[in-house]
Amino acid sequence: MTGRKKSSNNSSEAAGNGKVITITSGKGGVGKTTATANLGAALAAEGYKVCCIDGDIGLRNLDVVLGLENRIVYDVVDVIEGRCKLRQAMIRDKRLPELYLIPAAQTRDKSAISPSDMVRLADELRGEVDYIVIDSPAGIERGFRNAIAPADEIVIITNPEVSAVRDADRIIGLIEAEQKGPAKLVINRLNAKMVQRGDMLAPEDVLELLAIELIGLVPEDEHVIVSSNSGSPIVLNEKSRAGQAFRNIAKRLAGQTVPFMDMAADDGLLNRLGKFMGRGG
Amino acid sequence: MNFLGRNRKSANSAKERLKLVLIHDRTDLPPGMMEDLRDELIEVISRHINVDRDRVRIQVNQDGREQQLVAEIPLKAATRSRSR
Ligand SMILES: Nc1ncnc2c1ncn2[C@@H]1O[C@H](COP(=O)(O)OP(=O)(O)OP(=O)(O)O)[C@@H](O)[C@H]1O
Ligand SMILES: [Mg+2]
Repeated sequence: MTGRKKSSNNSSEAAGNGKVITITSGKGGVGKTTATANLGAALAAEGYKVCCIDGDIGLRNLDVVLGLENRIVYDVVDVIEGRCKLRQAMIRDKRLPELYLIPAAQTRDKSAISPSDMVRLADELRGEVDYIVIDSPAGIERGFRNAIAPADEIVIITNPEVSAVRDADRIIGLIEAEQKGPAKLVINRLNAKMVQRGDMLAPEDVLELLAIELIGLVPEDEHVIVSSNSGSPIVLNEKSRAGQAFRNIAKRLAGQTVPFMDMAADDGLLNRLGKFMGRGG
Repeated sequence: MNFLGRNRKSANSAKERLKLVLIHDRTDLPPGMMEDLRDELIEVISRHINVDRDRVRIQVNQDGREQQLVAEIPLKAATRSRSR
């Protein structure tokens, strides 16, 4: 199985077929790192060769969420500054056939890397793996610019909450201006009960406001925290609803058509919502 | 659209507030500027035709990710025909 590359403005065709997916959000703490770890793991579980890159220089986190923190020798800045070979900085996750992590540098800042460095790094990786999943830092500064520079596809994570939606809209505008769009949307931390009683923005409200394509709905789920405690991706937990949601998103990213899951399996009321969302693919 | 039915409470005000905020964010048009724009528009148009000032409405509408400035400018009937 290989990743199919849609199109890329940045990579030379000779660079290989790997596809770059960047996960970003504007607002902090909405679930970018969680999504990167789980989409990377889910794509790897599907049989693809995947490399995740932690783009949050100075605030390294993807390593602990993936449970690979004790295996770090080199980081992304070491690769870019030529202190090690690309292969040496790719930490292999032994639980999955082909999942790798290139960790962020912890003691440097975002100015250690430029957007063109990221494009070069990604181009080298395209020849090695099917998918490169980049975890963007929050904000709209250098770290965000670095993360989107090599992207073939951008996934915006938001929460059903005013400031996260507002920031997502800013990011969508910036991505359009860079001609990197259209981005796709994941609404994370949905609480079906709150939506039902009218105290949380419903997915269709968020979609109407942001007017971009939906690629996933992820429920609020305690398993997310439990799995980050132990450093094992939730997509490996068959019982977790958030894990199921991330597995579905990974399949959609890989070009499969997967219906949107019923967000309230327990009370059945959001059934109709699930059906409405299903039209989105 | 209201697929979930039910009374929408705080989520409703979140949505309404976000609608306005996003329009101003996207157009870089601060809410207070709309008033100035309205007054200037009335002034320019009044030089040529008789505008019913109190009923002028201008607003920015959202169409997908595009914004449209929509002005509704009712005109006053020519005074000649109305008088007497
Ligand atoms: N669906 C979910 N259900 C419950 N908790 C969640 C969910 N998604 C994320 N979280 C929790 O929210 C917190 C923030 O998540 P995460 O670190 O992935 O966000 P982030 O966007 O990467 O943050 P930052 O902007 O700081 O990098 C974490 O504690 C995570 O476990
Ligand atoms: Mg993060």
